[in-house]
Amino acid sequence: MAQTTSQKGGQRRLPVPSWLRKTLTTFATVAITLLGLLFVTFMIGRVMPIDPVLAVIGERATQAQYDEAYLALGLDKPLLVQFGIYVTDVLHGDFGTSIRTGKQVSEDIARVFPATLELATLGTLIGVVLGVPLGVLAAVYRGSWIDQISRFVGLIGYSMPIFWLGMMGLLIFYGILGWVAGPGRLGVFYQGLVPDRTGLLLLDAMIAGDWTVFKDALSHIILPACLLGYYSLAYISRMTRSFMLEQLNAEYVTTARVKGLSEWDVVWKHAFRNISIQLITVIALAYANLLEGSVLTEIIFAWPGIGSYITTSLLSNDMNSVLGGTVVIGTVFVALNIFSDLLYRFFDPRAK
Amino acid sequence: MSHLLDVENLWVKFPTRNGVFDAVRGISFSLGRERLGIVGESGSGKSMTGRAVLQLIRKPGRVEADRMEMNGTDLLGASDKAMRKIRGRHISMIMQDPKYSLNPVMTVGQQIIEALRTHEKVSQAEARKRALEMLDAVAIRDPERVMGLYPHEVSGGMGQRIMIAMMLIPNPEILIADEPTSALDVSVQLQVLEIMDKLVKDRGMGLIFISHDLNLVSKFCDRVVIMYAGRIVEVCEASKLHEAKHPYTQGLLNSVPDLVHPRPRLEVLTRDPAWREAPSVSALL
Repeated sequence: MAQTTSQKGGQRRLPVPSWLRKTLTTFATVAITLLGLLFVTFMIGRVMPIDPVLAVIGERATQAQYDEAYLALGLDKPLLVQFGIYVTDVLHGDFGTSIRTGKQVSEDIARVFPATLELATLGTLIGVVLGVPLGVLAAVYRGSWIDQISRFVGLIGYSMPIFWLGMMGLLIFYGILGWVAGPGRLGVFYQGLVPDRTGLLLLDAMIAGDWTVFKDALSHIILPACLLGYYSLAYISRMTRSFMLEQLNAEYVTTARVKGLSEWDVVWKHAFRNISIQLITVIALAYANLLEGSVLTEIIFAWPGIGSYITTSLLSNDMNSVLGGTVVIGTVFVALNIFSDLLYRFFDPRAK
Repeated sequence: MSHLLDVENLWVKFPTRNGVFDAVRGISFSLGRERLGIVGESGSGKSMTGRAVLQLIRKPGRVEADRMEMNGTDLLGASDKAMRKIRGRHISMIMQDPKYSLNPVMTVGQQIIEALRTHEKVSQAEARKRALEMLDAVAIRDPERVMGLYPHEVSGGMGQRIMIAMMLIPNPEILIADEPTSALDVSVQLQVLEIMDKLVKDRGMGLIFISHDLNLVSKFCDRVVIMYAGRIVEVCEASKLHEAKHPYTQGLLNSVPDLVHPRPRLEVLTRDPAWREAPSVSALL
């Protein structure tokens, strides 16, 4: 009975291998998600009570100039047609020109995104390296002083406004102690010394073997990275703790103890291996969060990243740049989600 | 003379907000090379007894006793390190549901080999060979294939046989089986029990069989201890269970349906508050 049903079902389906179907479904989902994102951002940009023409030609232009620019921007066409034209352009890799910088938006993004990428990666790294062990320890020694410390650290991370911590950090470590460099990515003396290969300064300096530049870049990035790292640490350690508590109460952990394993093996080989799957998702989310560009941090540290790029563009009504930046961030977000999904499938035997 | 296990005046205490809760209240028993059944209703302290012997009562729970010895070795004062050498190697335990008691992200083979290599310095190849033999001993067909499976890929009965293989591979002298078949289908319960019984007999081990199933216990055990509210209310030979004198045991026996002599209405167990305070019966040998 069951066999005939499945055969019937099999006949109706196209003879497509399952991995191909999965890949195609994923791509379709991604495309729809990104299209939706683009649509919403585009519409918001168009319905804002700000004249896009004036932003281009300035307030002193004549009516003739105004009309010309109006037509050139395609504003006489219906909104949906405008959107269609925009999507077609984007598919050809053309995000338009930025009104503010006068350059191609894609060029701008290629310049600002690596700065955010570098900061977010270092921040996440700090958050993971410190947050995961802290969460595990807090769960294993539940209720002890280490658990209290981790709770306190997490509480501050959740409740303190990041701009305040950022300014205090700058004041103490840059202003008073002078341990780190101030705002920006690199001191003026070092700018342009290493060839721009990846856009990631630390990496570029390493490739060029220029360690003075590397040190200066590190000195600039370390404070904002620690700040962002602290916020993801708060999140990651709390999540790790609650995942871990759940696993430590599981029966298989008792089994591991009955076998006579050491506490280290019980915690890391048995319990931790079970939460590592969930942790991947949490870390990917935390990373995506930082990649969105932490606007406040970037502004306080004068960090030329995508967060401050989009914000400044939005304030000067430069919708092409805002749209372009949004698409990039959306793509990164979706890509990270797919990536964590893939890892999930790879690491969890039950998902295969 | 010391037995495999001697426990005198064992208490398991949990401090709570409303004072100390005693899960086990001063029980004494010994285990020879025999099969000792511990029967009781939920919350009677039977599982806690098993875990107390392994010193696996979770904090803030406490284990107190006048004496707790395995083959003359003191378990009460044993350090964590000493207890780890005893767990698995000398005393092992099988738990209720293999669905939860096997690690979901490790293969069956990895888990069995780990149990062996924790206590014996053997090569990976040798350990693998012994694991295969052990799986064969618990009547698993095609052990090569099963070694590479994950716990979710095996059935409940098979999972419990794997559990038995894993717990017996370091050759312990004492096996605590904590409701080993309660989570299994009735059809495979007997099969699993018979395999466990045979291995325990062949290796001359002592078995503590914790269950709420009187019939099962009387079939698979030599002696039966009946627990109620953290105390032992009665000890008797498994074969003489029907001669039990304590009203609680009689009540339990009477509330079991009988196919041969069906009764129109099963008896309802009425509990006498005096049982709770009656002194614990010693099950020492």
